[in-house]
Amino acid sequence: MTQMLTDLFKPNLNRKIALAYRMKYAFFAILLPLGYSASAQSGELVKLEKLQQIIQEEKNQIQVINFWATWCAPCLKELPLFEKLHNDRQDVRVRLVSMDMDLDPDPEKVRKFVLRKKIQSEVLILNERNPNAWIDKLEKGWSGSLPATLVVNNKTGKRKFVEKELHDGDLEKLIAGVL
Amino acid sequence: MKQLVFGCAVILCLTSGAPIKNGYEVGDTAKDFKLKNVDGKMISLSDWKDAKGFIVIFDCNTCPYSKAYNDRIVALNEHYVGKGFPVVAINANDPESSPGDSFDKMVSYSKKKGYAFPYLVDESQSVAKMYGATNTPHVYVLSRKANDLKVEYVGTIDDNARDESSVTKKYVEEAIDALLAGKSVPTTKTKAIGCGIKWKNS
Repeated sequence: MTQMLTDLFKPNLNRKIALAYRMKYAFFAILLPLGYSASAQSGELVKLEKLQQIIQEEKNQIQVINFWATWCAPCLKELPLFEKLHNDRQDVRVRLVSMDMDLDPDPEKVRKFVLRKKIQSEVLILNERNPNAWIDKLEKGWSGSLPATLVVNNKTGKRKFVEKELHDGDLEKLIAGVL
Repeated sequence: MKQLVFGCAVILCLTSGAPIKNGYEVGDTAKDFKLKNVDGKMISLSDWKDAKGFIVIFDCNTCPYSKAYNDRIVALNEHYVGKGFPVVAINANDPESSPGDSFDKMVSYSKKKGYAFPYLVDESQSVAKMYGATNTPHVYVLSRKANDLKVEYVGTIDDNARDESSVTKKYVEEAIDALLAGKSVPTTKTKAIGCGIKWKNS
């Protein structure tokens, strides 16, 4: 322990640490504008058809589409997993699809929530009601509860759907299942 | 040793594969149950001697969909209890993961909302599993002939959770009205849009 402390104060090592910090900040400075552009488009209202089109047309990235709502406690618990995925994986496109409109007609509440929680992933607000009329078009196996997550890889044509709160490692397993 | 491992594997399969995707389909015969009501009494469907059927609703205190449908559930009972189809509400949520759905909270909630129907606690969650309920509110309309309970409709209450005045399909009412008229139920299955039941250890 004492050895470690003295090591830490060696001038040479100090320079190295300082350099590492500078590089880290430079890295964030590059990332910052990207983060802003992602949040600027957040909260767009979409109809089901548009959402289906978005899902079908994504050719380059694996899509992780999380269906959530501001009132859904387990959704908010698993939210950091999607944010982490959004930040960590270039090959994955995270989309958070808010289902709030089925109960509450005001999309501003969702947008304010997104700003307050500083959500960085793309947020779409599904502008549809009466899920019984369309839910099967998105996923036949969906019983109609939240959270639910759809993982789609248009390159392999594989998709995975789960209707439960996810925990550490679950998303990685789902993604591995569509490779 | 090999045999022992194989034996264990079989047991694992049987126990871990059991609870998913079972429950009642329309046309199945439903089983009665015995659950504690908010007044402390144990209740079974067989306690109703004259009922022609039941509106069994898996529900809870906390889910926004349950709250949106609360007045409609109270009204369903008012409208149909006299016609022989009482509402029987059951809360199966695990209070550990949803403290607002504890038995004490059920008691105060049912008083506040003026429930004129039983609000039962499915503490072991066995009734919800037996019926195959996954969400709240999740409705099972049952008809009764002699002592047989038949599942006639499974799903949601109507097609507009947010705004009752904009409802165009009242699935539960249409099902019971058809049964009372001796006709076949027009829509027998919908998805019970709502909150997932909070299962224990999940």
